Parts: sequence; C-alpha cells; structure tokens
Amino acid sequence: MKDMIPAQIAGEGREVRLRYFNGGERTVIASDLEVPYPEGRLIVSRTDPEGVITHVNDSFCEISGYHRDELIGQPHCILRHPDMPAAAFKDLWTTVLAGGRWHGYVKNLCKDGRFYWVYATVIPNLRNGKVVGFTSVRREASRTKIREAEELYRTMG
Amino acid sequence: MAHTFTVSPDFSPRLAPGWFVFNTWLQRTLEMPIHLELFEGFDAQREAIRADKVDLIYANPFDASMLVREKGFRAVAAPADKSDEALVVVAEGNPVQRVLDLLPGCRFASTDDPDVHRMCMILLEPADLHSGNIQMVTCDSYVLVAKELIQGKVDAGFFLEAAFEELSSMVRSQLKPIGRSRIQVVRHVLLIGPSLASKQAELATALAAMAENEKGKGVLESIGLSGWELLDQEDVEFMVDLMETLVERSS
Repeated sequence: MKDMIPAQIAGEGREVRLRYFNGGERTVIASDLEVPYPEGRLIVSRTDPEGVITHVNDSFCEISGYHRDELIGQPHCILRHPDMPAAAFKDLWTTVLAGGRWHGYVKNLCKDGRFYWVYATVIPNLRNGKVVGFTSVRREASRTKIREAEELYRTMG
Repeated sequence: MAHTFTVSPDFSPRLAPGWFVFNTWLQRTLEMPIHLELFEGFDAQREAIRADKVDLIYANPFDASMLVREKGFRAVAAPADKSDEALVVVAEGNPVQRVLDLLPGCRFASTDDPDVHRMCMILLEPADLHSGNIQMVTCDSYVLVAKELIQGKVDAGFFLEAAFEELSSMVRSQLKPIGRSRIQVVRHVLLIGPSLASKQAELATALAAMAENEKGKGVLESIGLSGWELLDQEDVEFMVDLMETLVERSS
C-alpha cells in the first residue's frame, strides 16, 4: 500500500505511521472531517483468506472515496484509521480465523483522510468445510454506540 | 407423483393467480406434473421444507440458508433488476420526520415477512431501537399494517417497498415513509431441490429465454417480474453469507 499524500487530504490532516497485522507499514493522514453514513445502505466486501479484497459493492466505493480498481487486490486494512487500536483487529482476526463471527464498531479511513463510523460484522466463508475467504458487512451505527466505542478505544491506546 | 413447487408466502395477493400461470408454464417446459402449493405463512412453509416436501421454491432470502446449506438446493435464478427493499412508515399526521425521532417504547406493526422485518430492524439501529425496547404487533398483511397506522394503534410500520407501492393512493396518502433501505443485494431466489437436480440446466435455459418471447413475457408479467437473471451456486452462497451477517444474535 502506498503512503497517503497531503494533496489528497480533505481538511487539516495529521500524519501517522501505521504498522499492520500483515507486517506492512505506511503513512496515513487523518483529518477530523466525518463522512455521514448514507441511510439504509449496507457496505459489503469480501476478502480471500489472507485479507486481500476480492469484492466491494458500490456503497463501499462511494463512502470510502476509492475506485473499485484501487480496492481490489489491496489488503482490507487499507481502511484502517489510526484511532482504531490494533487490539480490535487482532480480536477480529483471532475470531474469524477460528471460524467465528466478529462484530464491533469501527472507525474507517477514507481515501481523502476523512472518516466514517460503521457497525461491522465479519464471517468466514465456508465452502465444503474450508475457509475460502471472509465477508464483511457494515451498517450505520448509532451515535450512542459510537461515543461508547470512542471512549473504549482511547483507553486501549 | 407430482413434484411440489412453492412460493415465498410474502407474494402479493394480487399475483396469486399469476403463480398458477407460472406453474403451468413450468409443467409444459419441464414436461412433468408439478403441484403448486401456496402456504399461508413462513412457519408452515418451513415445516414442509424440513419434511422434504418441497422440490422447487421461489424463496425468501432468509430461507435460502436452510435450503442451500441444509437441504442441498441449487441456485437457478433471481428476478432481474429487482431487489427486496423495506420502508419504515408512520401516519401522515405524525410529527416524526425521520427514524432518529422514534423513541424506545414505540409500537411497530409488521408482517411475518422475515427479510423485511430484519431490514427494518437495521434501519432502526441508528436510533438505538432494538427488539428489547420496542413493541411489535404482527399483522397478516401489509394492508392491515397500514390500517393499524391510520387508526393510530401503532407508531410506525414495516413495509416491503413494493407492497407499499401497491397500496391504493388513498391509503398511501395517509402514510409517510421515514426510512428506506437501499441494500440492493437482498433478493428472492428460485432454487431447485435435489429431487429435480437433473432438470436444473433445462429450467435455467427456459427461464433465460422467457423475456424474449411474447408468451413468456406474459407469464412474467403475471408474477410481477420483467425477467430472470441466472445465478451460479456461488452467487447464492454469497447471499447466504451476507444474510448470515444480518441475522440478529444475542452474543
């Protein structure tokens, strides 16, 4: 994944060097501007067993600001916001790799540095008993739950 | 013995004769006797599926999981350009303008249609409303949901968008949608059971050609469709995975 560059950013941004679960690193720039979640939509994506994106729906592209071609083939952590604690994603991966279903509140990073909150559910895709990938479906989160998640994630560092 | 075809019980009553026309088309196409069984509700239909009394089904997406993963049904087709979308509706005079204005304790009317119920519950989540802090009234039809709203017996109602559009203009003028799903990927699906597996390819070919001839178009019109989009098994497996993420879990 390429480093984000200031020219792409909407609003004032802060630079953070992120280290990902897959061992990769990049510089991201996050602004304080929020993208409102579009009412009634679901954001859907699928990955292969290694977390590389294989499918995104239109809502995913619209809210994240990425073109479909910029997402397919990229690790799903391209959306990771620096305010999200690594422990949350560790819990996600531990759960789904064990065949379980993970859900939680997630702050995602747009291509232009803005953010959006979602309630995410991730499940393993089992075919003939084998995990062939993961499906992630995100929906609108309530402001109460977002505030609770913000407080929790601040304490997780 | 005739095989059994059934239709998800949430079909519009207006289209019931059309499904008999479609069944006649099926029998002629597959050159075999097929009995159309229309169940009164989802529970009765699921009981028949569990007892292996269904061979072909136009299924609600929420039943696709059981049919595909437990009963070995295969994907054939889905309606072209038609997804299931849901509305949260209040009475026209209600000051509530959006879902976020609804409060815990509100009374909601709904049918037993599982995908509409689930989609509407998702629409309520941003308002911190869930099954534990609202009251639900289950009605036998969308017309009765509308009646509950107009008579002020409930605060809001759940509708399949297509069913709402079918209400008379007089009824609709007394109602006000305040929330609308745009999920796009939840669709009814035509699934074929193991007992008819040898007919899958033949049926798919005939369904794909339906919109290309006048007779087929007439049959499609009678069930409110414009055509069929053929599905492969992975298409329906994907939808089942997606539905699985939407199922309410206490954990």
